[in-house]
Amino acid sequence: MPVQDAAVRRGNFDEVALGFTEELARREAERCLQCARPHCVEGCPVGVLIPEFILALRAGDMIGAVQAMKVKNGLPGICGRVCPQEVQCEIRCVLARKGESVAIGRLERFVGDYELAQRTCPLERLPQTGKRVAIVGSGPAGLTCAVDVAREGHAVTIFESLHSPGGVLIYGIPEFRLPKSVVHGEIDYAAECLGIEIRPDHVIGRIFTLHELLDEYDAAFLGTGAGLPSFMRIPGINYNGVMSANEFLTRVNLMKGYRFPEYDTPVKVGKGVAVIGAGNVAMDAARCSLRLQQLHAQQNGGQPGEVHIVYRRSRTEVPAREEEFHHAEEEGIIFDFLTNPVEILGGAKGNVRAMCCIRMRLGAPDASGRRSPIPIEGSEFEMAVDTVIFALGTSPNPLVFVDAEGLERSKHGTVVADEATGRTTMPRVWAGGDVVTGAATVVSAMGAGKAAAADINRFLRGEINPWGA
Amino acid sequence: MATIRVYQILHKETLSDVTKLMVIAAPAVARKARAGQFVIVRIDERGERIPLTVADYDREAGTITIIFQEVGKTTKQLGTLEPGDELATFVGPLGHPTEIQNYGTVVCVGGGVGIAPLYPIARALKEAGNTVLSIIGARNKALLFWEDKMRAVSDELIVCTDDGSKGRKALVTEPLKELLEQRRGEIARVWVIGPAIMMKFASLTTKPFQVPTIVSLNTIMVDGTGMCGGCRVLLEEGAQFVCVDGPEFDGHQVDWDNLLARQQFYRAEEQQATQEWEHHCRLEGVAVEGGA
Repeated sequence: MPVQDAAVRRGNFDEVALGFTEELARREAERCLQCARPHCVEGCPVGVLIPEFILALRAGDMIGAVQAMKVKNGLPGICGRVCPQEVQCEIRCVLARKGESVAIGRLERFVGDYELAQRTCPLERLPQTGKRVAIVGSGPAGLTCAVDVAREGHAVTIFESLHSPGGVLIYGIPEFRLPKSVVHGEIDYAAECLGIEIRPDHVIGRIFTLHELLDEYDAAFLGTGAGLPSFMRIPGINYNGVMSANEFLTRVNLMKGYRFPEYDTPVKVGKGVAVIGAGNVAMDAARCSLRLQQLHAQQNGGQPGEVHIVYRRSRTEVPAREEEFHHAEEEGIIFDFLTNPVEILGGAKGNVRAMCCIRMRLGAPDASGRRSPIPIEGSEFEMAVDTVIFALGTSPNPLVFVDAEGLERSKHGTVVADEATGRTTMPRVWAGGDVVTGAATVVSAMGAGKAAAADINRFLRGEINPWGA
Repeated sequence: MATIRVYQILHKETLSDVTKLMVIAAPAVARKARAGQFVIVRIDERGERIPLTVADYDREAGTITIIFQEVGKTTKQLGTLEPGDELATFVGPLGHPTEIQNYGTVVCVGGGVGIAPLYPIARALKEAGNTVLSIIGARNKALLFWEDKMRAVSDELIVCTDDGSKGRKALVTEPLKELLEQRRGEIARVWVIGPAIMMKFASLTTKPFQVPTIVSLNTIMVDGTGMCGGCRVLLEEGAQFVCVDGPEFDGHQVDWDNLLARQQFYRAEEQQATQEWEHHCRLEGVAVEGGA
């Protein structure tokens, strides 16, 4: 797929991957062998009808392709961009053995973008049932659940704490990976077609409790994600210039801080940025930092500076998607593997002056199966940085659990829910996505939202009564 | 999009040259709001999210009263809005409410715009049966407001200004120290709300007397729900988030110098935004009130 050249894209927030042209999409679709037993579908958490949509695409039948897509997935433009297809559908493609799997994700994106522009096939909705469902959180899990429940004819209201729906798709994933126009477009489109009401600025647990929602609604789904940031327990984390990846990315993405002062929210990085962690969020934070440095240098002259990713394990253990790592490396992010911060050092005005790190080596595998990092004694050194961004994973925000007696949670703060159905221990409450699993992928959250929606629909039809009485 | 969002400004008052009061229609927020909590406000689609403490609420009318000082671009722009205008975002009630009970005798200290959030706390403390001794202060007479309202909920009210243009010529810490000395052993708790520097020195004043001192912190925030952590404050036991763990904290535990430094982090950007906005307003011929 065509991409923006690395030297150019590091100076802008425009999308990196440019998408297939019609010609490229058709040619790619022709490579699909249309297997009698397609394994690709088994790898998809929402079960997209992959051979069917590709077959229509190949025949030039765009409307057919969109229809096939929307049977299982109302948000193809989003999924086509952020799903880790290489470990889901594409790895199962029979052509993968030769290293030539069909680019299913890119084709999905092509169909999604076509539909956003053409709006051929509004999602269909069954006659109204009079039942009401509250969805808490408008991220991937909540949106998917909302779409599938609304299709059944139930009245759906989504409560979102921020001012714009989309959850991590809006505040977390940067514009250059997932344009916000795509997110707004697919959400608006689905909401319009299905009559879904979205209430932004509603922090459940504060403005309404879960119990109050259950007084008004027949069922509730919690898809509140994993929104709480973690900081390392080392000295110096409160100096100016130390922030969570959540804060940094929210300023950049949700608040459009990279367009300050046209937008009011400032965001700034210095000339020496250290991002701690090596997951997808770390890659996003590093690549945003690099772009901000470039923009600043374009406007004010001088050298842009450096962005480091500091990771305590080695290249082999990097948890980010291969493509994200590759793009980051291509753009000039410096990787400091087997390195761990031990203290952040402050200077004038309480600003970060440097970070003291220690070198690590890998020992025996730990509980996660990855080799555990062990500090090498006496290897401490100072890194001259002025900005430190922690991208160390997130946990569920407990606000939604205020006065939610009966809702069981694990010791990690995640909601206990049945994996197949999303049922929680609280009657008429389902949950799915990161609030149940801890931070995971967009599409696994969508899968959980879909499974819960199916169970909610069965419950509202009166077919099941999981909590008795 | 099928979004419901109506946060209309119903009423506006000018309390001083740079202090404005607005009554906002937000019925669901008003139903739950309690003294000590805050809301997040955003003016328009390009606006930033700022925390403002709840100065009052009316559950029946479905309104929340906010009071703000015009210090930067967002508060100055907010000050130009009029009744009938709508805010893009109004989220709340956020943070923990004040722990109201009958402590006996309490002191409520409010500085400048901090008088606004102090008022509902003093009122609730009075209603709970406390003897409420209040001290309000500002740089000068023009910046003082709600003297009458504070007097109505206080058993005793001391007014002071830095320049002596109203009441005593003193910083609030002076009468605070006198009260603590005069009523040694009698004062059970002190609330202090105002600029960080004032809360720092008020906390230092009460510390030798070992009187629990509650401060309400107003730090930089983005979401206000625990998501960003930009508001974190260092306490003796470690970092906490003002938005979800506060906004009230034990003033004796707060690392004030770290807090004051953190408030300055975006100072240059705030000035740039304010200047560009004022310049834009002059070009557009928009009347910019106050903001001396």
